[in-house]
Amino acid sequence: MDWRFKVANREAWIGVALAVINFLWWYGFAYGLGSGPVSEYQFIFGMPAWFFYSCVVGSLLMIILVIIVVKFFLTEVPLDEEEDHS
Amino acid sequence: MNWGVMIPLIIFLAVVFVVGFWSSKTVYAKSDFMQEYFLGSRELGGLILAMTMIATYGSASSFVGGPGVAYTEGLGWVLLSMAQVATGYFVLLILGKKFAIMARRYNAVTLVDYMKVRYDNSKAVVILSALSIIIFLFAAMTAQWVGGARLIEAITGLSYTTALFVFAAAVLVYVIIGGFRAIAVTDMIQGLIMFAGTLILLVATVIAGGGMQNIMTELAQENEMLLTPFGHDGSLTPLYVSSFWILVGVGVVGLPQIAVRAMSYKDSRAMHRALIVGTIVVAFMMFGMHLAGVLARPILPGIDEPDTVMPTLAMTVLPAWLAGIVLAAPMAAIMSTVDALLLMVSSAVVKDVYYNYVNPKATEKKIKQVSIGVTSVLGISVVFFALSPPDLLIWLNLFAFGGLESAFVWPLVLGLYWARGNKYGALASIILGVGSYIAISVFAPEPFGMHSVVLPVVLSLVGYVLASLLTSSKQSHTIETS
Repeated sequence: MDWRFKVANREAWIGVALAVINFLWWYGFAYGLGSGPVSEYQFIFGMPAWFFYSCVVGSLLMIILVIIVVKFFLTEVPLDEEEDHS
Repeated sequence: MNWGVMIPLIIFLAVVFVVGFWSSKTVYAKSDFMQEYFLGSRELGGLILAMTMIATYGSASSFVGGPGVAYTEGLGWVLLSMAQVATGYFVLLILGKKFAIMARRYNAVTLVDYMKVRYDNSKAVVILSALSIIIFLFAAMTAQWVGGARLIEAITGLSYTTALFVFAAAVLVYVIIGGFRAIAVTDMIQGLIMFAGTLILLVATVIAGGGMQNIMTELAQENEMLLTPFGHDGSLTPLYVSSFWILVGVGVVGLPQIAVRAMSYKDSRAMHRALIVGTIVVAFMMFGMHLAGVLARPILPGIDEPDTVMPTLAMTVLPAWLAGIVLAAPMAAIMSTVDALLLMVSSAVVKDVYYNYVNPKATEKKIKQVSIGVTSVLGISVVFFALSPPDLLIWLNLFAFGGLESAFVWPLVLGLYWARGNKYGALASIILGVGSYIAISVFAPEPFGMHSVVLPVVLSLVGYVLASLLTSSKQSHTIETS
């Protein structure tokens, strides 16, 4: 198999893993912290804690994870055919 | 007419027009006209790739419709909108390098070109794919066009017809003469305006409401459900909200106008950069606009028409000239969506239908004339349809994105990564996906409390896999994976 496709397959799985982490974090904090009565809500920077962790921290987490993935896990490959890659 | 608001808007339209016009110069210097006109000769760098993907994806609904619903539903709708953060990294990582490499190997200019080679030149696959793109995206484009004209009408007080022609003049010229490159370059400006507009509006709204804490307290006093993830009347169930991850999150991989951008970048470095920029921008934009919609509620109580929340909010909490900049954001969002859709439909007509089947021997000069001619005719006809949109188009628009996602996600993604997938699988996937999506939306919407798109995407997967497995003994597969 073209070595570039091994790279591509691995990176596609990284994409799936990121989406799974993203979803679990988003779902877990939103419904884990947000399901109780509103009178018992904690507030952070004026926002309900579920919202702060799920939407604000969740987005920051994903941005940081994407940066880490790009810096350390993605490989630069040539996209054109002319290079000898066997 | 409020000139304070108008001047930044006019400047914005003029800048887009001039930049679009200017960037069209290089188009005619390139040796392969079709590659250049429909794909920008695969020369996009990272920043511009990120911006064109986000600007194409971010539409009237992210800037006008979405904040309006958030105003009604509360923080639960912001939560729902955050499913879109995934689009920032998912599309590029999944289609990723494989799609870019295969598209180059196949010399594919359009998504359908890719499908054509991948699925053994199957005429049925090509025609069905091209037709789905033409029909659904033409309808979607008309709806966005109406949205653009309505927005200009609301801001300027011009009549709907005049507003429509202003909008058409601003967009059509650079798309027709400049093609993909002009679209990508203007998307860059439009994306920056969308980002800046979101930032300004969010900050101004928080200040106008007396701080985040104060706004949340007032929201809780009005209806404490606005602070929960469950919507203003508790009807947003976790399952329903989660199902939007398919429609506006991971399913976006299957939208042709987005997927085609994943074959337009210059090198892997551009893709890496676009991943970071794209995720940051899309996360901030979706969060900021939808949250502003919720925070608008104590400041502007009692708005009945959700689509007016965002323009009214901008005009209320900002000085006129800043409101003009903020209102350029939805305009930019709409423009950057319709220009991409127009070129996408045009490429389906010219490359996928005309060049494939009508006149495969067309000369370079002929192609040039036909490309520009078809884009012009489509652009002008969409303006006329937008004058009084036929019911059929409005109806089709409702199914456009979900329909295209159900049709293309699996033929595209499994076509890349699963060697046994074949043309029968692709056909089954397209027919089952589109058919079941329309049937479910019409006869039994939101089955099991999920968005109507979920089941068709699953059915489309089952169809693709079963049809491919059942027929794989009949034909030896010629797909190169090595």
